[in-house]
Amino acid sequence: MLSRTADHLFWMARYTERAENTARMLDVTLQTSLLPQSEASVELLWRGILGICELQPQYDARFERLAAQSLLAFMTRDPSNPSSIASCLNAARENARAVRGTLTTEVWETINSTWLELKGRLSKVERDPAQFFEWVKYRSHLSRGVTVGTMLRDEALYFSRLGTFLERADNTARILDVRFHALADQGGPDAADESAGGRSIDFYHWAAILRSVSAFEVYRKVYSDTITPARVAELLILRADMPRSLASCMNDVVTNLAQVGNAHSRETERRAGSLQADLQYGRIDVILQHGLHAYLTTFLQRINDLADRVSRDFLVPLATA
Amino acid sequence: MSGQPGKAAASFYDEMRSGREGVRGHYRAFQAWLESQSPEALAAKRAEADLTFHRVGITFAVYGDDKGTERLIPFDIIPRIVPAAEWRQLEAGLRQRVKALNRFIHDIYHGQSIVKAGVIPPEQIFCNAQYRPEMQGIDVAGDIYAHVAGIDVVRADGGEFYVLEDNLRVPSGVSYMLENRKMMMRLFPELFARNRVAPIAHYPDMLLENLRSVAPSGVRDPAVVVMTPGMHNSAYFEHAFLAQQMGVELVEGKDLFVDDEQVFMRTTRGPKRVDIIYRRIDDDFLDPLAFRLDSALGVPGLLSVYRAGRVTLANAIGSGVADDKSIYPYVPDMIKFYLDEKPLLRNVPTWQCRKKEHLSHVLAHLSELVVKETHGAGGYGMLIGPAATKAEIENFRPRLAARPDNYIAQPTLALSACPTFVEAGIAPRHIDLRPFVLSGKSITIVPGGLTRVALREGSLVVNSSQGGGTKDTWVLE
Repeated sequence: MLSRTADHLFWMARYTERAENTARMLDVTLQTSLLPQSEASVELLWRGILGICELQPQYDARFERLAAQSLLAFMTRDPSNPSSIASCLNAARENARAVRGTLTTEVWETINSTWLELKGRLSKVERDPAQFFEWVKYRSHLSRGVTVGTMLRDEALYFSRLGTFLERADNTARILDVRFHALADQGGPDAADESAGGRSIDFYHWAAILRSVSAFEVYRKVYSDTITPARVAELLILRADMPRSLASCMNDVVTNLAQVGNAHSRETERRAGSLQADLQYGRIDVILQHGLHAYLTTFLQRINDLADRVSRDFLVPLATA
Repeated sequence: MSGQPGKAAASFYDEMRSGREGVRGHYRAFQAWLESQSPEALAAKRAEADLTFHRVGITFAVYGDDKGTERLIPFDIIPRIVPAAEWRQLEAGLRQRVKALNRFIHDIYHGQSIVKAGVIPPEQIFCNAQYRPEMQGIDVAGDIYAHVAGIDVVRADGGEFYVLEDNLRVPSGVSYMLENRKMMMRLFPELFARNRVAPIAHYPDMLLENLRSVAPSGVRDPAVVVMTPGMHNSAYFEHAFLAQQMGVELVEGKDLFVDDEQVFMRTTRGPKRVDIIYRRIDDDFLDPLAFRLDSALGVPGLLSVYRAGRVTLANAIGSGVADDKSIYPYVPDMIKFYLDEKPLLRNVPTWQCRKKEHLSHVLAHLSELVVKETHGAGGYGMLIGPAATKAEIENFRPRLAARPDNYIAQPTLALSACPTFVEAGIAPRHIDLRPFVLSGKSITIVPGGLTRVALREGSLVVNSSQGGGTKDTWVLE
């Protein structure tokens, strides 16, 4: 397949996934901000979003102070913010349009309908943000489902799946990193200290993290026990059966990468496999002992390195022969 | 035959009705069906069509409009119906015409016998901007230049067909022809059960076969690609559509490169050879080394591979020399010259402004004539005398006088009209027809073509860029 085509498919999937994760993050933050707590901690919550997306400078350039309303506008509809949901869905559609001939009719029409409906939805975000986030998530589920359900098992599908899982791994790691940080900053439980998980307000914060990655019920099912930071971290990092965990994302990255491997991609495949193995054989107590933040920072670096290498090996080959 | 836009009602050919017999035979079944439909049901179907076209993204970009604007071409649910007998005549005429045009282009780039015989004055060819000296003496596969031709045909007030224009460079619109049919079958399946409408959905197969039949010699299992200027081109939908329907790659210039006298595309598994490029991009932009240096759309070195006969371009470079409006008046002569046949399709009488006596006639009759740029397309830069204001005519006069070579003039034809949904209900609107003629090992044509309709009352301009719409076209057995 054309390298340019593969590149568009890869980014189409990444932007769709990013829009979904941004919606998840905003949704759960909005809910958490309704809990009884000090204004300062609410502000910290919202600031966390900008931290996750590395958008603090852009936000400060646009707005004087941090307020839930302006942050929501910035993250949902602001066209100057490349990570706003509107920007992501627009970019997903532009990428799809560039390769619409490679997509099945159903995939293209799903992505195009999302884009057509977006404008109307955006004008009603303030009235009912939760409903908007639901819609974004639902459309993302639909895109992914229709992709898996209708596309031929060939490179087009594999590159699109690669985009999905690299983006998801990145996003889950960011959510974990910032939220654990925020809790520590608030003088909450030390992330490493399992016994500290019992305080009621913390319960809601941990529950929120779980909900933001659709893992609340999963947690209950897997552990049948109270919510502790260490178990939350384990579930979202190491449990391969948890679909949004880092381990699960890396399994899918490795599988899809193996399908498209070419003469240049050996080293990329090796690095992906090595990261997968680290997750497969990792232990949460060891990770927490060395510090979760340091661990996730390294993970993010490795994921970005993989994405760069995928680009170089397949998507924009510089060599002409 | 000078139709009067705005008050054309008296003297145009009505496709559906005639004074003598009422509803024409080939429209009767449709008319009966139409009368049995409630206005609400039809309105709902029309809304459904709009919604579907938006979702499918069958839109086009309008040049000079805001960036990124996407518009639908209005689709009308009343089909344009052509009886099979009429179509057979038309088809024979199109075949003959395109055959002669291909012979003409080959001749121009080889022995130029038609010039030597004094049929066409040499300056008409060699001073033509579309004439490509690079093509002189170059042999192309099968001697075919215009692989895909879109011949614009209109029906005048006596019911006879006229060829208005031959489009031999990158004619577009075939995707609308196919999508319109798909839409009609989806909205009104019962109509197709009752009427024997000739199918057209095999066009992409025919196109692929046609393209593969003109592969460079010695190539087995030739690789075809569709080449587009990119997603911001107004016809991008069609480029993507055709590539998908044929199951071939849709490439941009930057996806291709030339190495060792071959064209390759960059793929995720390394370079892959390309043998036939169905290019939807003008000559000027194909190869920055040979034509426009500033073209970022082309492939450096493409022309040298082409000249060496190691890649086929469809349509061939330099085909435009035959579809220019200054060459148009000579097409009937070409048919006689190359085929020794009587032309089956009429040409519209044309005044060539480069000729002194023609120019003075045109200047004296501007309010009755349509004046067109010889290289123009898309309905831009033309004057429709009968519809123009005095000021517009006076504005145009010095432009014409300054560069008479640039213009031809024709009488305003009273284009035939077909019933069409408009705000006030159903009313006749003027239409044309663009059949698509494929030339390779043989000449093939799917029955019908794209019918365009001028939606404004009295208007004769059917171009989509000027507010025209489209209809499904039925050839009825």
